[in-house]
Amino acid sequence: MDVTTLTLIELRDALRSGTVTSVEATRAYLNRITAHDDAIGAYLTVDAEGALAQAAAIDAARAAGQSAGALAGVPMGLKDIFLTKGLRTTCASKVLEDFVPIYDATVVERLRAAGVVVIGKLNMDEFAMGSSTENSAFKKTHNPWDIERTPGGSSGGSSAAVAARLTPGTLGTDTGGSIRQPAALCGIVGLKPTWGRVSRFGVIAFASSLDQVGPMGRTVRDVALLEEVIAGYDPRDSTSSQREVPTGLADLPRGADLRGLRVGLPREYFPESGLDPQVSSAVYAAVEQLKALGAEVKPVSLPHSPLGVAAYYLVATAEASSNLARYDGVRYGHRAKADDLYGLYARSRGEGFGLEVKRRIMLGTFALSAGYYEAYYRKAGQVRTLILRDFEAAFSEVDVIATPTSPTTAFKLGERMDDPLQMYLADIFTISCNLAGLPGLSLPCGFDNRGLPIGLQLLGRAFDEPTLLRVGAAYEDATTWHTRAPAEPFVARAGGAA
Amino acid sequence: MSIDWEVVIGLEVHCQLLTREKLFCSCPTDFGAPINSNTCPICLGHPGVLPVLNAEAVEFAIRAGLALECQVRERSVFSRKHYFYPDLPKGYQITQYELPILEHGKLFIEPESGAARTIGITRIHMEEDAGKSIHMDTGATLVDLNRAGVPLIEIVSEPEMRSADDAVAYLKALHEVVRYLSVCDGNMEEGSFRCDANVSIRPRGQAKFGTRTEIKNMNTFRGVQRAIEYEISRHIEVIEGGGAIIQETRLWDEGAGRTRSMRGKEDAHDYRYFPEPDLPVLVLDPAQVERLRGTQPELPAAMRKRLVSDYGLSPYDAGVLTAEPVLARYFEAAVAAHRNPKAICNWVTSELLGRVSATAVDACSVTPHGLARLVALIDDATISGKIAKTVFERMMETGRAPDEIVEAEGLRQVTDTSAIEAIVRGVIEANPVQVSGYRSGKVGLKGFLVGQVMKQSGGKANPGLVNELLDRLLGEG
Amino acid sequence: MESARHLFDGDETVRRIARLARLELDDATLELLRRQLGDILGYVEQLDAVDTTGVEPLAAAGEQTRLREDGLRIALDPGAHVRNAPDHSTGAFRVPKVL
Repeated sequence: MDVTTLTLIELRDALRSGTVTSVEATRAYLNRITAHDDAIGAYLTVDAEGALAQAAAIDAARAAGQSAGALAGVPMGLKDIFLTKGLRTTCASKVLEDFVPIYDATVVERLRAAGVVVIGKLNMDEFAMGSSTENSAFKKTHNPWDIERTPGGSSGGSSAAVAARLTPGTLGTDTGGSIRQPAALCGIVGLKPTWGRVSRFGVIAFASSLDQVGPMGRTVRDVALLEEVIAGYDPRDSTSSQREVPTGLADLPRGADLRGLRVGLPREYFPESGLDPQVSSAVYAAVEQLKALGAEVKPVSLPHSPLGVAAYYLVATAEASSNLARYDGVRYGHRAKADDLYGLYARSRGEGFGLEVKRRIMLGTFALSAGYYEAYYRKAGQVRTLILRDFEAAFSEVDVIATPTSPTTAFKLGERMDDPLQMYLADIFTISCNLAGLPGLSLPCGFDNRGLPIGLQLLGRAFDEPTLLRVGAAYEDATTWHTRAPAEPFVARAGGAA
Repeated sequence: MSIDWEVVIGLEVHCQLLTREKLFCSCPTDFGAPINSNTCPICLGHPGVLPVLNAEAVEFAIRAGLALECQVRERSVFSRKHYFYPDLPKGYQITQYELPILEHGKLFIEPESGAARTIGITRIHMEEDAGKSIHMDTGATLVDLNRAGVPLIEIVSEPEMRSADDAVAYLKALHEVVRYLSVCDGNMEEGSFRCDANVSIRPRGQAKFGTRTEIKNMNTFRGVQRAIEYEISRHIEVIEGGGAIIQETRLWDEGAGRTRSMRGKEDAHDYRYFPEPDLPVLVLDPAQVERLRGTQPELPAAMRKRLVSDYGLSPYDAGVLTAEPVLARYFEAAVAAHRNPKAICNWVTSELLGRVSATAVDACSVTPHGLARLVALIDDATISGKIAKTVFERMMETGRAPDEIVEAEGLRQVTDTSAIEAIVRGVIEANPVQVSGYRSGKVGLKGFLVGQVMKQSGGKANPGLVNELLDRLLGEG
Repeated sequence: MESARHLFDGDETVRRIARLARLELDDATLELLRRQLGDILGYVEQLDAVDTTGVEPLAAAGEQTRLREDGLRIALDPGAHVRNAPDHSTGAFRVPKVL
């Protein structure tokens, strides 16, 4: 039996029943990484020795009859944005190329407490800024469905690793779509929880008021289980919600119907141009499936949505310029040779940060600068309120909103690197949900004629992850998209122009 | 003919709060710890860290604000203030900008020269302190982040001071208030109480303010006095000489007795303030504010008034007793144990402070209760005032209670009239020259005779009785 | 609001912002960013047309005031604070002299 073909839940159950040991499961994943990650480029750091030691310890504890956590023995790679104590964490930046954290992120603590074996760190766009993982300072990640294409970003290493079975599940972060868009482009499930649902302590900050940690996996139930483990109040994060995490998030009965559910289709998310027709038809077909399960579908309007990208690129860059001010080479991180302090800062940061990061720091610094704060950062904050009000109005009529996750399927590596605005528009459907702080789920709903995955996005009310997961599970149970895996060996497949 | 200049001074004072932990993390705040030992990832500004607000710091800030008669803002907001410096780990300071926790207060000052009056306090806000940079001769700078993250309150005055005397009076009054509240220890040398001054001048009667300069690095009250006086003169000299004052920050050079421009050392700051996204709005519970208001310690100015009106002490003595909060508390505890405030005051100001500094009375072996008991023993004539001084010495040396010492050393005053009379008669008999000299008008000789009686009685005769008996018996002869 | 994109027509603004942000940029990068930032600002200008009178900016963290109880200290292993330091001496971080 190839344990890497098991879902996260199946693997967890197999470990519990003793069918497989954690060392065996960990070895299996490490072997696949060795065999395939040269082609994919998902991992930045692999800690084989540490992982096998953790796995052995968990096996021993289990054999000794100690009670095991919800994910005991499950090996997992994690996006390199989560601080893992003692294990190099780079955020895919030269600034942190040799940085070894001195503490664990809260979500990492919770995974470890649940018995997860950390096998390595996954590639991403530098400081989470990007939609293709091409902004990583160290390597490109390739989409397993066609290695000439991007896996999306910024959690591209995470999505590619799940799709290529180099990890059974993982965590990503989502600031403007960075879990959902790569999930869609790689044909997997990704959840961005409500802002404040999951602790941000120990997660390298990009844009504080937008960043959220979320699970990624092959099935909705896998994602729900991970969410159950990581969600909930953290006293170290003043913005984490004290609202109870509903128990049984992962208890999703099979074959449920959706009678009584009202699904909204916002006209602004199905524009005449800028949306690949194969994507829109797959999403419409998915909505028909929801109807077939008993849901009622209605049109809604989110009129301020088209402003989302503009508002986002002021808020996110401003907060990023602030959060990245600490990278100065004084206490940690890359330090350049310099004779004076100004030179130390400017050269260390100039050498350490990649172009996209610099671009955003510059834009954000401008948006906060004297004389421009009111018109830019503050104005964008006001537009956020209008965007949230749109959602609130829509949610008085419907329970979930369905949209495409990404306007296109996976694009080719290098295709959008010369036009930053083009790249930013990849986030157009995911971004408003971050601005409003609401939860969003992306799940596979089809493939285009090149065999590239298409994602359906479901948006929900604040803290209504249970409804999103329930709808997602019902859809998944009625379809088979999630059972398709990219063919191996991983090569260029889709061919042709984008 | 020179212009009649009006001086305009505003002060910004930063007070380190005496909280157990830092403002946004749980690191200790004690001064003088080994370099970087009071740090954690949060105050080191590591990737991924988040601030969580210290409840005790909020309480201390509110107490300071209530003592300065400020309005408490129910909703206040933390902001980020950005600049790059090695002792500022995140590259920004978390402070309060547009919506501070306290506003519109006042402080009564009594300057050396100039009218006693209240000075307005514009605002008080909370913020975190930066670390320390130590500049070495080697051309490097060492950075210690023990102080980074320590809670501060910044108290900003209205520009209502008109002289260096005003400024020093304000500072001293403020210094006293924060120490009495135990929210700040006011140690200027250690940097827990720091003052910056904004100085400008304008022709008297003009409404528009002149260009101001900011003075930093004044580390004593005397330094503040000298620095402001210097800067006023400099402003006058420049303007009367036809020049213009440049708006800038200047450092006080205590050794050279002058301020120096910091121009060229830093670019004009654009702090890019925006509300701290990692912290919710600070919403205060009005009930908590009222509870704090109801449990505020008595402030020194009020206490001085009370000592004068209720206890009949002189304003001077009231001033001495309230110079240090520990001393004031010592005095009050003694008076509570034995209600003779005037006598206790005398003992404290002369005997106690003659041996122990005002800040060290807490550690003295003579406790408030002990001192009160000593005075009580004098008041009920168990011992004489003179003997009491001896007892006091013993108390200082041994820490024993006065009653114990009196008994152990047999220092009880002799009040037995017949016993004293016998001694007096004996002294009169033994000193005929002095006795006849006194009777013939040399009244000063009585002192000698009193001294003899006291000597004979081992100092224990009640002096009042001795005088009475001597008068009677000398008058008889 | 006046159009700020024209601030990026010359290179004064882009140089000033780079200095403010402590980013040393070569001339080619400076020129590239000058152009691109101007374009992006042109794009975000569409926000000007939105009527936001009386609308408060979204405060994501809201008003759920969170006060810390004492004792949440993260204990560090000895020497951890300088573990990643590029230059340190006697436990302090060391940098070139501040002029």
